[in-house]
Amino acid sequence: MKPFLLYPDQSFDFDAELPLGHDSLVDDLELTVVFDAMAQRDQFLFEVSKKVLLTTVTDLGVIRYRQEVLADCVAEREIIKEIYAIALGALEDRRTLWTYSSKRPSSILAGALTQLEAAVVRLRELRRIADDHLDKFGSKGLRGLLCNLQDELNDEYFETIDYHLKNLRFRDGIPLSAELGPDNIGTNFVLRRVENAKSSWKGWLHRGKRSSYSFTIPPRDEAGDRALADLTSRGINQVANAAAQSAEHIISYFTSLRAELGFYLSCINLRDELTAKGQLVSFPEPCSWQPATLFTAGLRDVSLALLAKGPVVGNDVDARGKSLLIVTGANSGGKSTFLRSVGLAQLMMQCGMFVTAQTYRASVCDRVFTHFIREEDPSMNHGRLDEELSRMSAIVERITPHCLMLFNESFAATNEREGSEIGRQVVRALLDADIKVLFVTHQFDFAASFLNPRRESTLFLRAQRELDGQRRYQLVVADPLPTSSGKDLYYELGGWMGKDEHPRVPTSLVDSLEADRRSTKC
Amino acid sequence: MVERMPSIFDDHTARTFEREPDVATTQAGKRNGGVEHQGDQFAPYEDPTGGSLFPGERRPRIGLLFDDGPVALEDLDRVGDCSFAVDLNLDQIVASIVRGFDDQELLSALYYQSLHEIDAIHYRQEVFKDLEDGPLFDQIKRFSGLMRQVRARLAQLEKIDCRYQREGSFLSAVAVYCEAVLALVSDLRGSRVNSRALHAFKGFLEAYVASDYFCSLDSDTRECKEGLARIRYCVRIRGGRVDVSRYVGENDYSTEVLEAFSRFAQGAAKDYLVEYRGDPPANHVSVQILEFVARLFAEEFTALNDYSDKHAHFFDETVECFERETQFYLAYLDYIRPLRSAGLQFCYPQITKESKEVFATRTFDLALAKELLSRNVPVVPNGFHLEDPERIFVVSGPNQGGKTTFARTFGQLHHFASLGCPVPGRDARLFLFDQLFTHFEREEDLVRMRGKLEDDLVRVAKVLQSATTDSIVILNEIFSSTTLDDARFLGKKVLEKVAELDLLCVYVTFVDELASFGDSVVSMVSSVDPDDPTERTYEVVRAPADGLAYALAIAGKYGLTYDRLRERLSS
Repeated sequence: MKPFLLYPDQSFDFDAELPLGHDSLVDDLELTVVFDAMAQRDQFLFEVSKKVLLTTVTDLGVIRYRQEVLADCVAEREIIKEIYAIALGALEDRRTLWTYSSKRPSSILAGALTQLEAAVVRLRELRRIADDHLDKFGSKGLRGLLCNLQDELNDEYFETIDYHLKNLRFRDGIPLSAELGPDNIGTNFVLRRVENAKSSWKGWLHRGKRSSYSFTIPPRDEAGDRALADLTSRGINQVANAAAQSAEHIISYFTSLRAELGFYLSCINLRDELTAKGQLVSFPEPCSWQPATLFTAGLRDVSLALLAKGPVVGNDVDARGKSLLIVTGANSGGKSTFLRSVGLAQLMMQCGMFVTAQTYRASVCDRVFTHFIREEDPSMNHGRLDEELSRMSAIVERITPHCLMLFNESFAATNEREGSEIGRQVVRALLDADIKVLFVTHQFDFAASFLNPRRESTLFLRAQRELDGQRRYQLVVADPLPTSSGKDLYYELGGWMGKDEHPRVPTSLVDSLEADRRSTKC
Repeated sequence: MVERMPSIFDDHTARTFEREPDVATTQAGKRNGGVEHQGDQFAPYEDPTGGSLFPGERRPRIGLLFDDGPVALEDLDRVGDCSFAVDLNLDQIVASIVRGFDDQELLSALYYQSLHEIDAIHYRQEVFKDLEDGPLFDQIKRFSGLMRQVRARLAQLEKIDCRYQREGSFLSAVAVYCEAVLALVSDLRGSRVNSRALHAFKGFLEAYVASDYFCSLDSDTRECKEGLARIRYCVRIRGGRVDVSRYVGENDYSTEVLEAFSRFAQGAAKDYLVEYRGDPPANHVSVQILEFVARLFAEEFTALNDYSDKHAHFFDETVECFERETQFYLAYLDYIRPLRSAGLQFCYPQITKESKEVFATRTFDLALAKELLSRNVPVVPNGFHLEDPERIFVVSGPNQGGKTTFARTFGQLHHFASLGCPVPGRDARLFLFDQLFTHFEREEDLVRMRGKLEDDLVRVAKVLQSATTDSIVILNEIFSSTTLDDARFLGKKVLEKVAELDLLCVYVTFVDELASFGDSVVSMVSSVDPDDPTERTYEVVRAPADGLAYALAIAGKYGLTYDRLRERLSS
């Protein structure tokens, strides 16, 4: 019995390690903001959200399966919360009821029995919910969960369990079978069914040959008591293990139920927060890797949307059939925001979530990788270029075909000629390996090298600048321009004002966004 | 002799020994002490027909290490001056090779004892090849493990009081012995055995297992074991009372409980089984139960008693010797196995006394490789070759670049080749030396500068006086604490002497000029990563001893050029 809420036919492995390098994804895409909104200060939900969001699903069927479950959860959130509370209660029981002493099978058995009794109470509660509410759900996932509870936890089954729980208290002594070990010392002590023992016992008396010998450990023979306890322990070792494992299995059912449902609760949390801010959310349309698809309208960066005080301007991009997107143009022109919004939407789509866009239709990729410029190298062991290159090298170790690679001003830590050449070689090799690349750059030399020869599969986007010097956070399809707008921006900012050339999103960008929003209204 | 036998089977022991032909003692005179020692514990089996297994001849003396028979510790030279072992890290290697093996003293001595005849080396190489060529290594290893079990069990017998228990233990020991011997003979039949040593042993073993004695030992053992294995009984425990009775097939209750809850099974559950080491211990309760079981199953236990008397002396001496000598091969192959699976190569060197045109390709330092492997650091193989009139490697170049490793590798290679072992490398031709001399700079020596130079000079002089034209001399950074002028002068003097002796030599030095000493010198240079001089490549190559040019693009250093990326992304 498994909840199967995240996959139609398997459980989500919450114990699996996140893929190596996930922390730079978290940093670069500012995922913590998203996790925080999903968790609402619940550490468990934070971890669950993080695990599921960072475990990219590529199976379109699984993505749709989750989208359906999520839609159901949003519609019947009260029932979902009730189920979640039962799972939580069962886990709480385990924590308070018992800690096994791992030394003695007899104590393991006693502990397991107590736990099983408590768990059975919770199971009955789940059964009742299934009986009451099954018809309210339409998704395969939730219907499957509730039907499964009805089928597996039928009345007959509860009776069987009750029988064993009583039987295992051994009121009539412990019957064991044994055979001869290597030194003819008895071994392989196996517990036999209690109720049969009595009748067989009588049967033995009627055989012609003497078939039974008895002895009694004398009082105060402590060694004898210990030896006997040892044999008993060996005999009930298996059944104690069986009972304890059964208790654990039931608990692990509740554990997965809580975790898998927890993900959907987290999604509801995020959705509530976004809608409260007037952000539109919708389910994306996942597509296969080929033909290359990226078609979006009103795509916004979720973390920016969560932090911004008003609505955020989205981007419309049609990059169908493109495997290389090069984004150039003005600094603070929304290039990084766009890059992040694609990365985030891709991750959210591929874990079954909604996205912040009117439309988001995109090929699924095996994994998303980011290589963003870092302001400084904390370790100081390397020069900046060294740091960038060793990070890239680490990515190359892990990246495979059908991945999405996001570059943000990479290889700019050296002069433009060198940086461009490194960038060119890296990008060409990635494209040849069937990896999709989004590259945000202000390096004209690098961008322009993909103009000639121009390939059908390359799309150039440019951060726009209005003639009056106002920036708009929308990208247009346009070739790179030889002059960087950094100079303009520099003067615009009024010379050396101590501001960074690459403002850190979101703080400074949010302010600019506000200004931008006002200006478009005028 | 009777007193020295284990007094396990009471009066029968004496009777058996009275009419035993004294095979063990007649041979023990010629044999070494080690074998005799083993012979004391387990007397050779006696052919109950009264005839000899090999009528009209002596039992064959089969040596796996030397073609003239089994070896004993007393036959071996003990290494007096171990400085070359320390310098070449042989001490570490040997300690690591013999770790976990039974007779470590004998094994260690064997690993220090160079052979001086080419045929003696071939004798062992043949065995190594047989073992490596197919499954024989694993099979003999398994055999050896089983024999170890048998010995351990027999050694414990005397300590057991309860007769039923003691006889049960004896039976198990014999069962393991028979199983091991039969498995071995079938393994040997199924293998291509080309070595003289294994061929001879195979012949012996075939005759042994076909003998009436062994056949009856084997069938009696099986019969007795099967009888006991069929016994099932019941123990019912209520408070302090124990009932022992025959068993009448009730259900296993644990599986029933597991099944009842099986629908919740999610992956592997934690194991709540309390770990009971081995079977229940023998104590007065379990022995009391056994006494009752023996009464319930009197027939089986009488048969066991008869069996124990009949086969008290089953252990064959030749089998015993064989097993002991295989340790030399097993230990070495065990040692190199993980290196091999890490992709490092080993080969059987061609051994020569005539030519000094030695070479080895893709070779490496055994001790270092082992250590690097444990830290998951790749090993960089190196090669070397000499063509007449070349005799001397002068190794120079940046520090920490693998110079010392190169010198050690050269020495280790020759040492292990002289034991008949496969050596690191894809292929090699090595010289059969008479003596191996080393003198390595040690860090702790640096304190006493003046005394050290003197000490160095004395020791080098000693080496050069004792060395013959067939010796190998390895000198590492000697005179490094003195002035460049001194070092240059002394170095030249050393090389002059070495050249005069015409012996094989590795000379690690910081003095570049020595590399152009003459025709007999080959200049080898340790190299570093041109992009990052702090990164060592550990490659030592034939090159003139001069500065290095570092010119690779920085992207190349990180494997980020287009070509490297294509390669990396496609793998």
